[in-house]
Amino acid sequence: MTKLWRWLIPLSAIPVLVLLAYGFRVNPRDVPSPLVGRPAAPFALQGFDGSPVSLAAHRGKVVVVNFWASWCYPACYEEAPVLERGWRGYRDRGLVVIGVDIQDTPEAGQKFIRDFGLTFPNARDPAGKVSIDYGVYGVPETFFVDRKGRIRAKHVGAVTDDVLKKHVEPLLAEPA
Amino acid sequence: MTRAGRVLGSLALAVLLLAAPVAAQQPATPISESEAYEIASQLRCVVCQNLSVADSPSEMASQMRELVRERLRAGENREQVMQYFVDRYGEWILLAPRRSGFNLLVWVLPVVAVVVGLGIVALLLRRWTRGASSPAVAAPALDPAMRERIRREVERDE
Repeated sequence: MTKLWRWLIPLSAIPVLVLLAYGFRVNPRDVPSPLVGRPAAPFALQGFDGSPVSLAAHRGKVVVVNFWASWCYPACYEEAPVLERGWRGYRDRGLVVIGVDIQDTPEAGQKFIRDFGLTFPNARDPAGKVSIDYGVYGVPETFFVDRKGRIRAKHVGAVTDDVLKKHVEPLLAEPA
Repeated sequence: MTRAGRVLGSLALAVLLLAAPVAAQQPATPISESEAYEIASQLRCVVCQNLSVADSPSEMASQMRELVRERLRAGENREQVMQYFVDRYGEWILLAPRRSGFNLLVWVLPVVAVVVGLGIVALLLRRWTRGASSPAVAAPALDPAMRERIRREVERDE
């Protein structure tokens, strides 16, 4: 009886240690999304320039769907030039960047696009439906959609040149 | 039929035809606001700390509340609406984990812990009370010589 008790206390520490060992190995920046591997939800929005912005229009291309807001400083301000650069550099190989401005006013969004000279399709999501459909928590969040229309990766936080390259290059190499 | 009558008739028909799809889009049964509230109160506000979608004043939560109403209006039931959010955010979005699979541990472990704790308390109580009343553990009997010595020493001090 006493022997058992002597072992019980150190033994009870094992589950806690296992939990900690697991917890400290997980990257807290990785927000799991059940949508990775699933088909990207279609959407049709009106772009800032008045033209329609939809996912369906770019079927067969690699699509980077970026959720942003003009009040999202500094992350969205850091990644805006990266996205513009990426779009210009990869568009000939079949890449499209689509910006979705959420929880924002049209004027502030318009100013953001003008300030950064963004030329890729950009649209507002006034009712937040597209952002909820993509399980967005906050801004910026970026989804990488392959040529078959499947979400292959999700990035939370500002996209850097390296992050963009890491996700986009393999998808561009895949056959349509 | 007069000309005016014919015109009126075709006008009425046109109105009916135009109205039909509109009527179809707006179901006669209004949604229950309490049902929408119940659902929203079980969803985690994704931009808050420990707040439900029903309680949060954030824009995202209000958009989610509107989406809940919209899906109820479209004829979905509570389970379907909740599943819509779980499919996109994972079970994390539910403020209370589902009572199935691995999650059952969360519901069962506290009960097990209380039962085991009560068991340990009962066991210890029994051991302690038995120890106090047992004559075997009572103070060892003094032999007469020692008793005599104590008596003598106490008397001397007085």
